[in-house]
Amino acid sequence: MIEILNLEFMRNAFMAGIMLSPVLAVVSFFVVLRRFSFIGVGVAHSAFGGVALGSLLGISPTLTALGFSVAVANGISYIGRQGKLSTDTAIGIFFALAMALGVIFIGMSDQYNVDLFGYLFGNILAITNQDLITIAVLGGMVLVSIFLFFKELLFVAFDSEVASVSGMPVAFLDHFFMTLLALSVVISIKIVGIVLVSSLLVIPGATAFQITNRYISMIVVSIAVSLAATIGGLLISYYADLASGATIVILASIIFFIAFTVGRFRKGRKI
Amino acid sequence: MKDRAMNIGEKKDVFAELHDVWVRYNVKWILKSIYLKCYEGEILGIVGPNGGGKSTLLKVILGLVRPEKGSVQLFGRMPDKRGGLEVGYLPQISHADRSFPVTVLDVVLMGLYGRTGFFKRPGRSAKEIAMNMLSRINMADHAKESFGTLSGGQQQRVNVARALVSKPKLLVLDEPSTGIDTVAQEEFYELLAEFRDELGISVIMVSHDIGVITAHADSVACLNTQLHYHGEPDLCFKPEVMEKIYGKNLKVMIHDSRCVTCYKRHEDHD
Repeated sequence: MIEILNLEFMRNAFMAGIMLSPVLAVVSFFVVLRRFSFIGVGVAHSAFGGVALGSLLGISPTLTALGFSVAVANGISYIGRQGKLSTDTAIGIFFALAMALGVIFIGMSDQYNVDLFGYLFGNILAITNQDLITIAVLGGMVLVSIFLFFKELLFVAFDSEVASVSGMPVAFLDHFFMTLLALSVVISIKIVGIVLVSSLLVIPGATAFQITNRYISMIVVSIAVSLAATIGGLLISYYADLASGATIVILASIIFFIAFTVGRFRKGRKI
Repeated sequence: MKDRAMNIGEKKDVFAELHDVWVRYNVKWILKSIYLKCYEGEILGIVGPNGGGKSTLLKVILGLVRPEKGSVQLFGRMPDKRGGLEVGYLPQISHADRSFPVTVLDVVLMGLYGRTGFFKRPGRSAKEIAMNMLSRINMADHAKESFGTLSGGQQQRVNVARALVSKPKLLVLDEPSTGIDTVAQEEFYELLAEFRDELGISVIMVSHDIGVITAHADSVACLNTQLHYHGEPDLCFKPEVMEKIYGKNLKVMIHDSRCVTCYKRHEDHD
């Protein structure tokens, strides 16, 4: 255990994981309650276009990924709000568009040293001190924002029409949450990767949903699941020499299935 | 309830007013040229067939649907610029997920969120107000239970408590008797009358059940894309009035059957 912490990249990975866990857990609480899982997938993949553009222009891929993800998240929300197309359709379009742009950008770039695989599936070796600062700042912003607007976000998640009639600024809150979702996705890319990050936006909340029926306990359980999966996954991946992002996601899924089984027994045949 | 009916047109404030409102979804007009007024302390019932635009009309009043044409005023302002506290809303079908992790008390507290203000949590006084409201509807014992474990009728009462907890001036109810039995219905309308007398609120309610509306409303509007009548309930269903609106070829029978006849004529219009 101690020897792991002597390695700088493992120290960075653990720190990133510990900081990201509560952020992803709290966001997943709302993702599950609002059935936004597929939005998470779409927003995460749109980051690919941003990463590719960043490496083409020679600027920070995190910055361009942020731009892409925030734009796509709000685009999906905007189209969903107009009512004629379902959010689902909007995700399908943006998802493909951003990925296609990514492929074009990579083709245009003459740099071949871009670690594409790392962006897609995570690469904890690539977590720099600069990344840790980014995670701390943006992750902190997401947590504080959700804390400040928690009751409004909860009301909108429960019943958006009644919330709107009661004076909640529903459209603003939706775009606001989408932006937070996009920020969470981008800061998690290095540890779990674009393809896998959406699972961490779903599994912690979904697991907690199986075994709790109060929102406060749901958030607490969600954070615990997220921490357990991230730290456990990093440890297993180090000792078993496995890809860390994938190991984290598999461990999270195992925890989910255990909770699902426990939840079935506890709730009996009611559902 | 009837003897307390307000005399419409006297010096009562107009709480809600629709002026030549038109709404359409794609190419189909859902509402055509709607003129409507709801006065202070009035219980306004809106009846009409399914698909006649009842829920849409309520959403227009609430500012959830923007009319293509015409103007809507709530307390003299645009519906979406009114802040929210003055109106309570009971939707027809709650969009709420039954397993949503909130207690009964949490749900009622939501009705006070608009008053609590941003960046704050509801405090002890908000909880007291919410508990009082729960006592009024005999649900105080259930305060700590999960909302999803309640029966449909209980959930609806809790939703009404949420709509009323901020002491709104106008209560908008979409098919309030859906999913509750007759006894619960009677209790529900008694509760409504109590709140009306106590707080002087206006109620706009929509129902496909004409019997319920005539028994509990001060005035009735009959809606099938267009608004066919707006006045006192008894007058509305007098044979001569029905004849005026629908022509001579109309049989008026007892309560519910009249409703059926009325619907039939509506379909003939289309």
